[in-house]
Amino acid sequence: MTDRFARALGWTSLVLGTAQVAAPRAVTRLCGVDDAPGATTVARLVGGRELLHAALLLGTKNPAQWAWTRVAGDTMDLGILGRAAANRTGTRRARALAALGAVAGIAALDAACARRGTAKAKGPLQVRACITINKPREEVYRFWRDLENLPSFMIHLDSVRTLDQRRSHWKAKGPVVKLEWEAEIIDERAGDLIAWRSVPGTGISTAGLVSFTDGPGGRGTVVDVSLEYGAPGRKLAAAVARMFGEHPEQQVRDDLRRFKQVMETGEVVRSEGSPEGHRALRQLRQRPAQPIGGRA
Amino acid sequence: MKANVWTGRNHLEIQDVPDPRILNARDAIVRVTSTAICGSDLHLVDGYIPTVKKGDVLGHEFMGEVVEVGPGVRNLRAGDRVVVPFPIACGACFACEAELYSLCENSNPNAGMAEKLMGHSPAGIFGYSHMLGGFPGGQAEYVRVPFADVGPIKIEDDLPDEKVLFLSDIFPTGFMGAEMCDIKPGQTIAIWGAGPVGQFAAASAFLLGADRVIVIDRFSYRLRRVQRTGAEVLNYEEVNVLDALRDMTGGRGPDACIDAVGMEAHHPTPVMYAYDRTKQAARLETERPYVLREAIMACRNGGVVSVIGVYGGFVDKFPMGTVMNRSLTIRTGQCHVQRYTGPLLDRIRAGEIDPSFVISHRMPLSEAPRAFELFKNKQDECNKVVLTP
Ligand SMILES: NC(=O)c1ccc[n+]([C@@H]2O[C@H](COP(=O)([O-])OP(=O)(O)OC[C@H]3O[C@@H](n4cnc5c(N)ncnc54)[C@H](O)[C@@H]3O)[C@@H](O)[C@H]2O)c1
Ligand SMILES: [Zn+2]
Ligand SMILES: [Zn+2]
Repeated sequence: MTDRFARALGWTSLVLGTAQVAAPRAVTRLCGVDDAPGATTVARLVGGRELLHAALLLGTKNPAQWAWTRVAGDTMDLGILGRAAANRTGTRRARALAALGAVAGIAALDAACARRGTAKAKGPLQVRACITINKPREEVYRFWRDLENLPSFMIHLDSVRTLDQRRSHWKAKGPVVKLEWEAEIIDERAGDLIAWRSVPGTGISTAGLVSFTDGPGGRGTVVDVSLEYGAPGRKLAAAVARMFGEHPEQQVRDDLRRFKQVMETGEVVRSEGSPEGHRALRQLRQRPAQPIGGRA
Repeated sequence: MKANVWTGRNHLEIQDVPDPRILNARDAIVRVTSTAICGSDLHLVDGYIPTVKKGDVLGHEFMGEVVEVGPGVRNLRAGDRVVVPFPIACGACFACEAELYSLCENSNPNAGMAEKLMGHSPAGIFGYSHMLGGFPGGQAEYVRVPFADVGPIKIEDDLPDEKVLFLSDIFPTGFMGAEMCDIKPGQTIAIWGAGPVGQFAAASAFLLGADRVIVIDRFSYRLRRVQRTGAEVLNYEEVNVLDALRDMTGGRGPDACIDAVGMEAHHPTPVMYAYDRTKQAARLETERPYVLREAIMACRNGGVVSVIGVYGGFVDKFPMGTVMNRSLTIRTGQCHVQRYTGPLLDRIRAGEIDPSFVISHRMPLSEAPRAFELFKNKQDECNKVVLTP
């Protein structure tokens, strides 16, 4: 909803910007400032700025937070029009006042949109990925349910120790920091789904849901994972992902690919270019494809 | 050990690199006894396939003797003689079960990289860029072969290397190219490219019952070679290919057309060549797609265009209107080699074909860089080079 609103503002910027760049004279007349020297130049510059807003609002992932750039632009326009209205009389003054009112209204909308965008950017980070595994659902579920198996395909996990039926202790290792937290299973339907979350106050705030469904036409099992990192976990998760050189979403997708390899072939597949298995860090900085030497 | 290493665009070097070792339980280490240079290696060496890295060991056509197996390999042991298919395949995933081995879902550890360029990732391939796995290739003394329990085919009789080596790639590739044409008795198949792949496609088209095969190239020594399969030939520098094909097929066009040239096609008109060559050099398009365009234009209404020549990225001026309005079918792929090794070995044993007919040069591995020069520049009537470590 917020995004759609932001995109609509983006289109408005595009139309306004195009008009100001293409027909600056008509715009200055409409605002009652066509008598000022250099008015068309200013109109053109403001038009260029509008096109920049349009690009940010129409071309980015979380557009709403970019509405702040429009708020800044609105403030500038209000200043210009305010001065124009004060210095003029008659029809010109009336037109400038009308324009001032319109811009003020738009500014209010922009600010509302931007506030919502910022809230969203600070909200929990959500990632989702899914994969199809050529094994019966029961078997796939059982492997995942034994949480101590997770580090065999989640490369950033050091270990998971189950404490009891519901609680488990997780350790992750990054190149710099070590993270530990406790998690608990909050919902579970054998063969169907597992939901968990970190126990509040244990270092990281995260929750996850993995579901298992039969693939269409008896084709294996679809594994669908959603993860959420709340603040402060969000920052931490992003930082951890970055330490491994990965986007959080890419990390989940690679984890699932490794999970598939383990289920279908018995282990994570390694090549000399990335002997650790899938890992974006290695994907970006591959060793040459030549034997790595040394004995196993 | 010694290996043929890519050190930069058009630069190869024989270097000392570490011996391979087992990394996965289902690996085997193979001591290479014969390896070959493929047209695909040229695309890699010329720098047209992204994500080739300095230091990569090349080569995806090889055979040899098993010297070590991982604990997960039960069907092979040290001393076995094997030919190794170029795509790496696990044998257990959805693609492998459908015999689409070059699309194995588990054998490319860098699948994420390939996804970004291609949408989804194909299988890993030996010595064929990092996007396709970052696996060292077979132009070396030893190779690590992942999923050794699935791909390699044992050669138990005394067939010499030269008769079975090409089961690793070009014989199955040519065969698949012909098979994709769905050949019916009485049909005419046109093949662009009289390289080793085109030659195997021609031989295979006859094996699959084609009436006539017409092969197009400009090197007369290659055209002469392919004539030995029974094919007719056209030199595209001497005739207009579209006109000639129309005349030879009663005005209708060949029933199916095989592109056995791929992304580095040459064009007889210097202006056209310069146009796509410049765009390719500027990375505005990655292919020089003359053959693909011409094969589409030549094919009869409702026919099949079978593309086994390799493409890497994006094509300009693709005649989609022709494909659509004339109900053409395009079929393509990296060869699903594992699907063909058994049946084609049987045909070799039965004496239906002797694949060594493509070999023109036998050289030691230490001369690989010079062998690449000969093969690339078509010097010394070079057709296919076999290297021995
Ligand atoms: N699909 C697969 O699995 C697979 C496997 C192996 C090779 N290949 C591909 O097959 C292609 C051929 O391999 P090769 O080893 O025979 O290579 P090659 O370089 O020896 O042969 C290519 C031939 O095409 C000819 N040619 C160039 N432009 C032409 C044109 N406009 N019209 C007609 N002929 C033209 C060349 O003169 C040359 O003889 C390459 O693209 C290679 O990458 C694909
Ligand atoms: Zn090849
Ligand atoms: Zn597979």
